[in-house]
Amino acid sequence: MKKIVNRIIQCILTMFIVSIICFALVKAAPGDPVMTYVEPNMSEEYIANLRESLGLTKPMWEQYALWLGRILQGNFGNSLMNSRPVLTQILERLPATMILMGTSMVLGFVIALFLGLYSGKNKNGILDKIVSFFCFVGISIPTFWFGIMLIYLLSVYFHLLPSIGMHSEGDGSLGDLIIHLIMPCAVLTFSNASQYIRYLRSSTITEMSSDYVAVQTAYGMKESGILFKHVLKNAMLPMITVLGMSLQTLVSGAIITEQVFAWPGIGQLAVTAVSQFDYPLIMGITMFTALLVVAGNLLADILYAVFDPRIRKAT
Amino acid sequence: MRENLWKNIRLGFKTNKLAVAGAAAIVILTLAAVFAFLYPMDPNQISVTDRWLWPCQAHPFGTDDMGRDYLARCLYGGRASLAAGFMAMILSTFIGIVVGSVSGFMGGAVDAVLMRIVDALMSLPTFLIMVVMNAYLEPGLQNVVLIIGFLTWMNIARIVRGETIAVNQREYVIYAKISGQKKMAVIVKHILPNIMPTIIVAATMNIANAILMESALSFFGMGLRPPAASWGSMLSNAQGYIATAPYMAFFPGLLILITVISFNYLGEALRKVFEPK
Repeated sequence: MKKIVNRIIQCILTMFIVSIICFALVKAAPGDPVMTYVEPNMSEEYIANLRESLGLTKPMWEQYALWLGRILQGNFGNSLMNSRPVLTQILERLPATMILMGTSMVLGFVIALFLGLYSGKNKNGILDKIVSFFCFVGISIPTFWFGIMLIYLLSVYFHLLPSIGMHSEGDGSLGDLIIHLIMPCAVLTFSNASQYIRYLRSSTITEMSSDYVAVQTAYGMKESGILFKHVLKNAMLPMITVLGMSLQTLVSGAIITEQVFAWPGIGQLAVTAVSQFDYPLIMGITMFTALLVVAGNLLADILYAVFDPRIRKAT
Repeated sequence: MRENLWKNIRLGFKTNKLAVAGAAAIVILTLAAVFAFLYPMDPNQISVTDRWLWPCQAHPFGTDDMGRDYLARCLYGGRASLAAGFMAMILSTFIGIVVGSVSGFMGGAVDAVLMRIVDALMSLPTFLIMVVMNAYLEPGLQNVVLIIGFLTWMNIARIVRGETIAVNQREYVIYAKISGQKKMAVIVKHILPNIMPTIIVAATMNIANAILMESALSFFGMGLRPPAASWGSMLSNAQGYIATAPYMAFFPGLLILITVISFNYLGEALRKVFEPK
């Protein structure tokens, strides 16, 4: 229990530093923020008043405190592009990103479960070598290139799948969504499944050489029984942490994938925000995704403690 | 000691053909990038009549939307991509070593603060920050290197910190401390040489990541200004002609993949040599 409280305090500290980085990032931006409100017929005096009312004349730390206070109340400010609340825009885009990231995380995990366990058990077998080669490709391939090549092959050349977007015009069915999801999901899954497989394979190898496996074998237990009953359980534990840690790369991968396939998620929103210099939106998205990653890691740590009796008893 | 290391590396590579292939690919690609001027075609020579030629004898990689020889552009693009990868790696390794060794050696409050900063940077969507920073700064190779270098040192810092703490407890380090050597001297003379192998492995993998990131940033239209190009910016340009000239996307991407996978294989092979199970 005490450990979990400590971890939560750590997370809050981390988010605090993240917020400072976010704030500094926007303050370091070129240009005068007051200019976005200025119209040609405004007087000098009026502009000065505007600057004052926007809080831009206050010292930096006070501006930061005010900004942080608003964020804590869930007020991320309004977008410069269309004056709509930042949080609303993020929440609108969230489902699309969640569908993409969630599907490829689950899929990647299931694929890794089978291939990682099999490769680890049959270390240096033919299939293990093939799998390990593809894992290297998976962690080395430029995501956007893989995406472009898939679009060329499946959309341009064979006309099998739609190349961009999330829905066809006026078609809200699940089947249509799945058809649009296949390629972006494949791209994202390939890279994160490769990471998962590498971890699961190596922890399976470690577990296979441990004493309890030898004892079970000596007792005449079947190999598949040992693998699924004991090795799997122990090898799965570190996977919780790996899944949590992979969140950050998954977010980065999603930004790129969404851009290639014009998937209407947060990543695409972020890229638009950057190209329009929409600072409130950039800050909001950065804070929001960082919070997601920190919370995911915290959840992973707590789950780990729940599932591992050794840690559970120690805390 | 040193001879032993080389012997181990030779032995390790003898049994790992893919690592040898990776090392060979890196050498070949680097040489090709360095001696790109030996190839007779000018990468910026525009020729309206030769646009979108598919790979043929005169142009092994075809020509692009301005009729420029694509092989020449790939060679010079490789120069930018490899240079960015190497320089970003050097910067991130340097920062990582400094932060990691100071954090591990000092411990206490310094360690706690530095590690929280590392945590914070690791939970930021790094790629988004890179895109944001890139939008502020002048596009160019130098800024891309700085951005990647300053945002990818965290894993090296963590590794170096862990190893420093481990080495810190060894007798010879304790002796060096007791005998009145300065803290800096202890770190540089006694701790760093011992964790060099681990750093080399992490740095090799960092090159791979830096090249991937540079290409992704260039793909988003940041990085080098035209007509100069890196593999990533060539891909970005090629995306628009995917239906008529798919080879324009194929070649630079394949080169990135080969380079990155080679560095990853090399790093993995070195890791096996340095820390045999």
